[in-house]
Amino acid sequence: MTTDIRTPVPVRPPAPAPLQPPRPRRRRGRWGAQIFLTAVSLAFLAPLLLAVYASLRPYQETARYGYFSWPRELSFEYYRRAFTESGMGKYFVNTLIITVPAVIVTLFLAAFVAFAVSRLRLRGGLLLLVFFTAGNLLPQQVIATPLYVLFNSIPLPWWMSDSLTMYDSHWAVIVVNIGFQLGFCVFVLANFMRTLPQEILEAAVVDGAGVWTQFWRVTLPLCRPALAALATLEFTWIYNDFLWALIFISDPDKLPITSSLNNLRGQFFTDYNLLAAGSVLVALPTVLVFLLLQRHFVAGLTLGSTKG
Amino acid sequence: MALTFPRRAGRRRFTRRDLVVLGVLLGIPVLLDITVVWGPALASIGLSFTAWDGIGDIHWVGGDNYGNLVDNYPPFWPAVRNNVLWLLFLGLIATPFGLFLAVLIDRGIRFSRFYQSVFYMPVVLSLAVVGFIAQLVLGTDQGALNTLLGNRDDPVDWLGDSRLNIWMMMIAASWRHVGYVMILYLAGLKSVDPALKEAAAIDGAGERQTFFRVVLPTLRPVNVIVGVITVIEALRAFDIVYAVNKGRNGLELLSVLITDNIIGEAGRIGFGSAIAVVLLVVSLGSIVTFLVQELRGARET
Repeated sequence: MTTDIRTPVPVRPPAPAPLQPPRPRRRRGRWGAQIFLTAVSLAFLAPLLLAVYASLRPYQETARYGYFSWPRELSFEYYRRAFTESGMGKYFVNTLIITVPAVIVTLFLAAFVAFAVSRLRLRGGLLLLVFFTAGNLLPQQVIATPLYVLFNSIPLPWWMSDSLTMYDSHWAVIVVNIGFQLGFCVFVLANFMRTLPQEILEAAVVDGAGVWTQFWRVTLPLCRPALAALATLEFTWIYNDFLWALIFISDPDKLPITSSLNNLRGQFFTDYNLLAAGSVLVALPTVLVFLLLQRHFVAGLTLGSTKG
Repeated sequence: MALTFPRRAGRRRFTRRDLVVLGVLLGIPVLLDITVVWGPALASIGLSFTAWDGIGDIHWVGGDNYGNLVDNYPPFWPAVRNNVLWLLFLGLIATPFGLFLAVLIDRGIRFSRFYQSVFYMPVVLSLAVVGFIAQLVLGTDQGALNTLLGNRDDPVDWLGDSRLNIWMMMIAASWRHVGYVMILYLAGLKSVDPALKEAAAIDGAGERQTFFRVVLPTLRPVNVIVGVITVIEALRAFDIVYAVNKGRNGLELLSVLITDNIIGEAGRIGFGSAIAVVLLVVSLGSIVTFLVQELRGARET
């Protein structure tokens, strides 16, 4: 689940460069560290590698010889089956319908709140910051029940939701994700904006720029790195979310991709190699995003402390 | 506090258009947060004093739900126990281990980027996927761990045995937690002034002493955040047990009980809310701690 209190390290001034290069460390200690870290890395990767390996081999083979055996037959057959049998394509589209608008709206609203809190020196700005940040820290189940009731009582027209209520529609999940993720994004962006030089804004004010121009034209372009970082993080969190859809969606056709794995479980017999292929497919988008945008990713979690 | 930020004297700060922009763009997120987060949190407290099946009338029952929770609801205490266990496991094992990895990597060894990526990788995985991978590794019929231990004929039921499975789940959850903690500490360690360490070394402090007496205390803001994350993770734990067996048979957690009561056939919304309030009260403790720290930090800047 979006296990989510994800909070960046608060801003600190960058450390001054050391006057002299650090002394070379003891050699033995380094070797020890290398061996230890390699071992831990292997342990960390093992479950993933095992899942990939299992997914490439037929069930009969692994049932007979176990997972730790030389492959006699390798194929991508399970991937094809996992994709078609679970209806993954459909669920993936559902996930995108939820994730993309949620990320964009969250970032936009959070950016403005952060701007107002950190740049405009509004009265009560800090209170606002607390209001949003604390909201992100509540356990999701605490707010689930009233939301369930609320969404059930909000009617939506047919063209927005075929259940005619907000419950059992993607809108519910999108809105909850936005509301819940706002806190984290406001917190990170406010910290980031505090590090921007105030003079830029003052120059814009002198030139007669209104609040909107100060926000959209002056501040936001400077926040690109922070926004990129948050976008990658939020994408994985909302993509991985499991609970909101479980509670607010009842029509199996509307579920997001994280729920599709259950379709691969047979009633009496579960082919774990098929499930492994499904798991790899579900994990693939977030792992790809992580590997491609790693720099942003880490920056998103640690924004402010590694500035410059 | 921000409430006393100086206003720029003698100049009207906002035009009417500015006020409209501010009103709309602050109003929407604030309303949204009230509707989706704070309102429901308060409503949960209200509902916890009622009996309601979600459809019919709502009856005020006072503290009955809480009484029943403590006395007549068998899964409650096991769930509390498991949540506490989860917290201790993350706090005493996973978090220190993440810190340890960060310290090792921060010493500037080779391949540090590779290690960093590997340790962080599990964090991007959905806990649902982690749950399935756990089944692959720990299953009875042909699970990898049993094969590795050579007891395929008399397999240990890692996930089915109610004394073992919670530990397996905590290890799987730690797989993700460790990488998260490591990244946060790595960023914190990079920002520690090297002069500080040198000064400690000149004063004759050993490496261990330098770390515990000099470096760690300067990481206080990170420590607070990591502490809060650990507590919140422990309270929020849900997906992974739900993916494995819907949180039954030894894997009871408070979050699972809430979910069962509100979306299960039982439809015991008042009762589910009472459990939610228990969770809320516990998490508020750490939220308040965190906010106090944050306010202090904001005042300094």
